[in-house]
Amino acid sequence: MTTEFRLPELGENIESGDVVKILVSVGETVIKDQPVMEIETEKANIEVPSPVNGAVKEIHVKEGEKVKIGQLLLTIDEGAEVEEKKEGVRKQENVEVRREEEKEERKKEKKVEKKEVKAEVHRQEKVKAREEEKVEVRMEAKEEKEKYKVIPKEEGEVVEFSRPAKVASESKPSPELAPAAPSVRRLARELGVDINRVPGSGPGGRVSEEDVKDYARRLLNEAGSVRPAGHTEIAPLPDFTRWGEVERKPMTNVRRKIAEHLSISWTAPHVTQHDKADITDLEKLRKQIGKKAEAIGGKLTVTAIILRVVASALKVFPQFNTSVDMANNEIIYKKYYHIGVAVDTDRGLLVPVIRDVDKKNIFELSVELSHLSEKARNKKLTLEEMQGGTFTITNLGGIGGTYFTPILNYPEVAILGISRSSNEPIFNNRQFEPRLILPLSLSYDHRVIDGADAIRFLRWIVEALEQPFQLILEG
Amino acid sequence: MNEKFQSTQLAVIGGGPGGYPAAFLAADLGLQVTLIDPEPNPGGVCLFRGCIPSKALLHVAKVITEAHHAAHWGVEFSEPTIDLDRLREWKESVVKKLTGGLGQLSKQRKVSYIQGRASLINRQTLKIQNQKTEEFLRFDHAILATGSRPATIPNLSLKSPHILDSTSALDLPDIPKNMLVVGGGYIGLELGIVYAALGTKVSVVEMTSSLMPGVDRDLVSILSKRLEKVFDSIMLDTKVVGMKEEKKGIRVTFEGGGIKEQVFEKVLVSVGRNPNSNNIGLENTKIEIDLQGFIKVDAQRRTTEQMIFAIGDVAGEPMLAHKATHEGRVAAEVIVGRNVTFEPRAIPAVVFTDPEIAWCGLTETQASQEKRPVKIARFPWGASGRATTLDRTDGVTKLIIDPDTERILGVGIVGTCAGELISEVVLAIEMGAVASDLKLCIHPHPTLSETIMESAEAFFGHSTHIYRPRKG
Repeated sequence: MTTEFRLPELGENIESGDVVKILVSVGETVIKDQPVMEIETEKANIEVPSPVNGAVKEIHVKEGEKVKIGQLLLTIDEGAEVEEKKEGVRKQENVEVRREEEKEERKKEKKVEKKEVKAEVHRQEKVKAREEEKVEVRMEAKEEKEKYKVIPKEEGEVVEFSRPAKVASESKPSPELAPAAPSVRRLARELGVDINRVPGSGPGGRVSEEDVKDYARRLLNEAGSVRPAGHTEIAPLPDFTRWGEVERKPMTNVRRKIAEHLSISWTAPHVTQHDKADITDLEKLRKQIGKKAEAIGGKLTVTAIILRVVASALKVFPQFNTSVDMANNEIIYKKYYHIGVAVDTDRGLLVPVIRDVDKKNIFELSVELSHLSEKARNKKLTLEEMQGGTFTITNLGGIGGTYFTPILNYPEVAILGISRSSNEPIFNNRQFEPRLILPLSLSYDHRVIDGADAIRFLRWIVEALEQPFQLILEG
Repeated sequence: MNEKFQSTQLAVIGGGPGGYPAAFLAADLGLQVTLIDPEPNPGGVCLFRGCIPSKALLHVAKVITEAHHAAHWGVEFSEPTIDLDRLREWKESVVKKLTGGLGQLSKQRKVSYIQGRASLINRQTLKIQNQKTEEFLRFDHAILATGSRPATIPNLSLKSPHILDSTSALDLPDIPKNMLVVGGGYIGLELGIVYAALGTKVSVVEMTSSLMPGVDRDLVSILSKRLEKVFDSIMLDTKVVGMKEEKKGIRVTFEGGGIKEQVFEKVLVSVGRNPNSNNIGLENTKIEIDLQGFIKVDAQRRTTEQMIFAIGDVAGEPMLAHKATHEGRVAAEVIVGRNVTFEPRAIPAVVFTDPEIAWCGLTETQASQEKRPVKIARFPWGASGRATTLDRTDGVTKLIIDPDTERILGVGIVGTCAGELISEVVLAIEMGAVASDLKLCIHPHPTLSETIMESAEAFFGHSTHIYRPRKG
């Protein structure tokens, strides 16, 4: 039976591409999902995988040729046996193997792996690499390929290293607890390393502090090497003293964290949308009932009210309450509404998070908000109280300004900036009337949120603020 | 009733050996802490009605027994006269001294101590009641450390001055002529030994086939041998099926053993403990409990309610003071934002009988249940110089070792002072020590601690004080 393999849909708005490279030849056997052709489109180079197992019977295109979606590329004979296939895949060392493909490959290489670990052990002067990490093995796989053939060792040793599927199943935690001192285990946690994966260099596989640090270092290097190509190194600074006197001061921890965090946030492509809300009526109401909030220890601020409004808006526009998982091409919708509020402190900007905003009324929120801001200023916030947010509000109105462009609080996808409200002449169809106008700025992650939705979301908030009566009804 | 409304960063509910260390550490780490307990001072069951008073009395029992035993060495004392009031007073002075000290320590740390019973009215507010007032406390975080209480025998709960639980037995109301201890676990045996030393004829009844169910048999058998002499009778595989109050005591009917019925002046019911997870308002939160009533917690001791933690007896087995303490300190650290978990490799357990039994890490029983291959190294105390000088060679030190790595996985010790010996091997296990490490550490002579070093030597087949002919 033969299959006609035509160029499949490659993505939105892509109609054609150029054949850059044909990765198979007539007569060669291919397995399902094996890349057979590299196609260059306007947006990217794409490897086209074979849809079936079989032998290539005929190739209908040439390298450099322009092909359209649906055009016949290959004829594949499905009757052919795919046994010798392994060889075929090996040949393509230069081809970036797709992820699923790689797993397939790894299964086949399992036998080799044992030897590989053995080689590793030998290299490290009999360091007992009892539990090797998958990534690590993968990374070294290529360069090790030669080496592990060279060093045969006694068969007895292998048993120890090929223990239960350690290498194969990444996600399962080991039931066997690593032999490491309590202090070393804590260090591993701090460094974000799973102690059970660290190869121990001590007797009985005991894991030392050094083992943990080495392992963390290796993981870091590895992470560094797969950094996306677009990432640029920080440009070196000139010698400022050439132009005058300077003073160097170390960044505080908070400042450093803010800098790191915002650099990450910056990488998400985001856009800012502005709008303004007429809060004249809301302000009257706020003054009337503000006393009640004070009685229970809170301060009824515009931020507290907007917190509640945003929580409701997030329910109507769930894409604003998400995170993007580019690695898995997924959008993570959160079913909880924890909203962060940026607080200006002498140490820098801190963002305490108010949990379950949708389940609290404005009075409760105003109490909690005053409480958390107070803690932020008194350095009493715990890490936990600053984690888990799904959306952020930043109010600079207390200081001044009209509009600004807030930066996303990664991994959230939207942030609402509030500026100072001021009286503006508004024409009410008969005459100009002074109205209190609140400028709002919404920055959003354009990867998940389209511009039209952003303005809808912001309009929703504006209208809610302009209808304070409705707010009371909704609590 | 007065009503007050206050707030705190951390509320610790329960001032026992889990709660007060958690409160103290949290205060040391800069939190504003409120500690709530019904007693006037911190201490909990451990200090007021458990570990501490029982150990004070067990020490007295040991002195009485040793004075008796001294006749073997040519030193004879006359029979002791026991002034129960003074004995009780002394025990109470111990409790008072320690709990008073804790009260001082919490003042010095500016922990605000509220005497009363707390229950959750929602996930961030407590209602605290005592005789006069009812107050409300709003918290950012809370640690539930409400502990446990003595269990009763289902269908056989009878209220009578003749029936004691661990609490009332420690009050030493009198020295009965005879007493039945229901339950052959550590609480019953420890208290049985106290009363036996004071002159009571003690009988023990245990449902299963051995005292100290769950503990390695070879360790228990050495204790059992001695207890057979100390106690009037030990009835195994026997169940209490009826208890009836009579003028002179309790008529107890048994099932399974030799005796069918007997009247005891006092009956001490010590059949385990139940977690105090009811009456603390858990139903007003998302907090979940398991079938046995333990609050479900994660590795950081966090309950299903983000800001509320649970530690100690109420958060699961083993119900031991020192485990609670460690959990409490972990929870406090987590609350101030440190990334730590409760991850012990070995939680020591000590039974303060005479001889004591202590163990930690993997037990032999557990290893065989899990079909896990292990190697066992034993050192009988008959070969210990120190044990011989004490005339207490009824002991064994046992190491449970991984056959591949020679790592120490568990240790069991029976013998006098076993409880003081176990700490060394807790350290060994936590540090991932192998048998060679214990063998190569010089231990002081003549001490019982040498038995640990020598059992490690025995693992390699050449212990100094045990001769084994070479194989082949």
